[in-house]
Amino acid sequence: MKAGYLLAVILIAVTIGLVAIGTLYPVSTAVAYAGGEGLFTSSSTPDQAVRHLADEIRLRQWNRAYESLANKSDFTQDQFFHDLTGYYPSLRTYATLQSFGVFPLHASQDNADVRLELHWSNVVGPATSERTLHVVKTGSDWKVQWPLVKEPVVQPQVISQDYLRWDVIFRGPGDDWGTQNVDSPHVSIVDMHPVQRAEGVVVLGELLNQDVVPAYVTVSATLISKDHSPIATESCFDEISHLLLPKQVTPFRINFPNQELSNVGSIRMSPFSSLVSGAAGPVIAIDNEKINPAPDASLTGQVVNQSGKVINVAHVLGTLYDGSGNVIWVVDQYISRALLPETPRSFNIPIPEDLARKVASQRTVVSSFSFARGTA
Amino acid sequence: MTTRLLFLAAVIVFAALPAALAQDAGLTLPKTVQAGQSFAVSSSGNGTLYIIGPGQVLKKSVRLREPLQLPAGSLVNAGHYLAILASDSGSQSATFDVLPSQNPARISFLAEPSRLPVDLSDGVAGAVYVFDRFGNLIVNPTPVSFELSVPSGTPQQHSVVTKYGAAWTKMSTTAHEGIGSFVARAGDVSVSRSVYQVAGDPCRLTMTVQPSRQGLQLQTDPVRDCSGNPVPDGTIVSFSESYDGGISTADVPLKHGIAKVDLPAHRGGLLSVASGVVLGNQIRWEK
Repeated sequence: MKAGYLLAVILIAVTIGLVAIGTLYPVSTAVAYAGGEGLFTSSSTPDQAVRHLADEIRLRQWNRAYESLANKSDFTQDQFFHDLTGYYPSLRTYATLQSFGVFPLHASQDNADVRLELHWSNVVGPATSERTLHVVKTGSDWKVQWPLVKEPVVQPQVISQDYLRWDVIFRGPGDDWGTQNVDSPHVSIVDMHPVQRAEGVVVLGELLNQDVVPAYVTVSATLISKDHSPIATESCFDEISHLLLPKQVTPFRINFPNQELSNVGSIRMSPFSSLVSGAAGPVIAIDNEKINPAPDASLTGQVVNQSGKVINVAHVLGTLYDGSGNVIWVVDQYISRALLPETPRSFNIPIPEDLARKVASQRTVVSSFSFARGTA
Repeated sequence: MTTRLLFLAAVIVFAALPAALAQDAGLTLPKTVQAGQSFAVSSSGNGTLYIIGPGQVLKKSVRLREPLQLPAGSLVNAGHYLAILASDSGSQSATFDVLPSQNPARISFLAEPSRLPVDLSDGVAGAVYVFDRFGNLIVNPTPVSFELSVPSGTPQQHSVVTKYGAAWTKMSTTAHEGIGSFVARAGDVSVSRSVYQVAGDPCRLTMTVQPSRQGLQLQTDPVRDCSGNPVPDGTIVSFSESYDGGISTADVPLKHGIAKVDLPAHRGGLLSVASGVVLGNQIRWEK
């Protein structure tokens, strides 16, 4: 009984002691997350100065991040904030900085160059951006000179648009069995090609909206074994443009992880379409599309919003063909910033190195979404 | 063996005797009645008459040798009915059928699809079920006529006789776009459905190119299908420009029958146009 009391007293004393130590000498991480000072109170090296800044950005402490800059007099805190989060609502606006990487490029006594890689997390997955930062020594500390990227200014103007818009009225719930309804759009798979990759079987292809109305589309595939039993069913999620206007073609890619093509006897494809409201705009052109060879093979280019409306989210899909015209891969990337009218926005989509050598041609399409007026 | 068979036959006859006696001696009613029509029931005793059928039960008092007249509209649901006369001395029963009326009063007409390309043989299907005024399916053969009228050309007509209450047919679309009227008619009743005949794939897709402020302006001629119908606005036309080391593309919807876009000018660039799986002409820009 006495031993129990003694243990309780010891535990209480240790707890009080640890609380006291933690209060008097807190670790920097706890202070930072509690809203106190940043993780790095000292910036005695260029590397530390950049880490300090990135941590403040991660904690969304815009004021402290701005105050730590060497060139803050060149721009306002608001401009700094919008440079990181976007001037218009976009995927970046709602992204959080998950982690970052700091890569020193060169350093001297009083200045240095450091590459900062920012790993963002948003609703459609991870996205990476990078800035090359110049860091200067001010007194005993190092401070970052932030390379502010100003958003191009679109001249105030009125642009008239007369895009066609489709609205749909479906059959009512109480109508008779034979009452006429609007049919789903007719879509067809115009190309399909399974390939074996290290991660599993991948089904690639293209889907065409044959109809005269807009269609919401998706494709699913079922791998059938040689004894005619189903192996697995998957559908495409991101690697397709889900809204197809009349006569529009989208690529699709369906991944079957951990499957072997040698076990597959046939593939059952199931395209799905439903009639949706939509608008025949805005037009997005793609300029300077290029396949850059290995190493670091990629599909690059610029998307240009040819309308007068801000496009908040754009999704770029690239279809890669071999010399025979077969689809050999489908790549995609979301543009993290809004597309302003007539303002090019670059994309750079990595291509698997082994496939890059086989690519003879490519075709790129863009699907878009605007917060203000629904799908576009 | 013969004795056993005789015994079995006697058992069956005795088992069926009460029902047969009831039908013959106790309860008299028609074997078939048309839905909604009046009919009479007579009995050889006093009691309460119950008539039980699909979704309906009637209860009536009957008196000896006084025929009970059931007014029109008493029994409206087609099907097999059971009549039971309950009295102090026991019960008697009989069965009869209520048949659908012979006059069509309502048609369920399913026309598929509601939208299809022009010049398509047997592209439109129509199916009807014919009902009387009480909603009973008329299972007797009933003539039904189908007629597809389109903005141009003579209407197509098919006459079909229903089988077990249903009739169906197929029609072809004509070469001209527009809204057609697909009508099914049985007796004095007709139902109409709209069928949209829409333009087919673009045919002989051609474009022209000229310098513009932004570079080059590519513009199609009015886009039509192979029957000469204008392809609907909103249809996507894909322009592309291939040049040394790069490509520029744009998917553009038709507006007022044409599609146009501005692309950067590249000397020697190959300009091409397509819509869906239809390829148009190509132009090499040498200026």
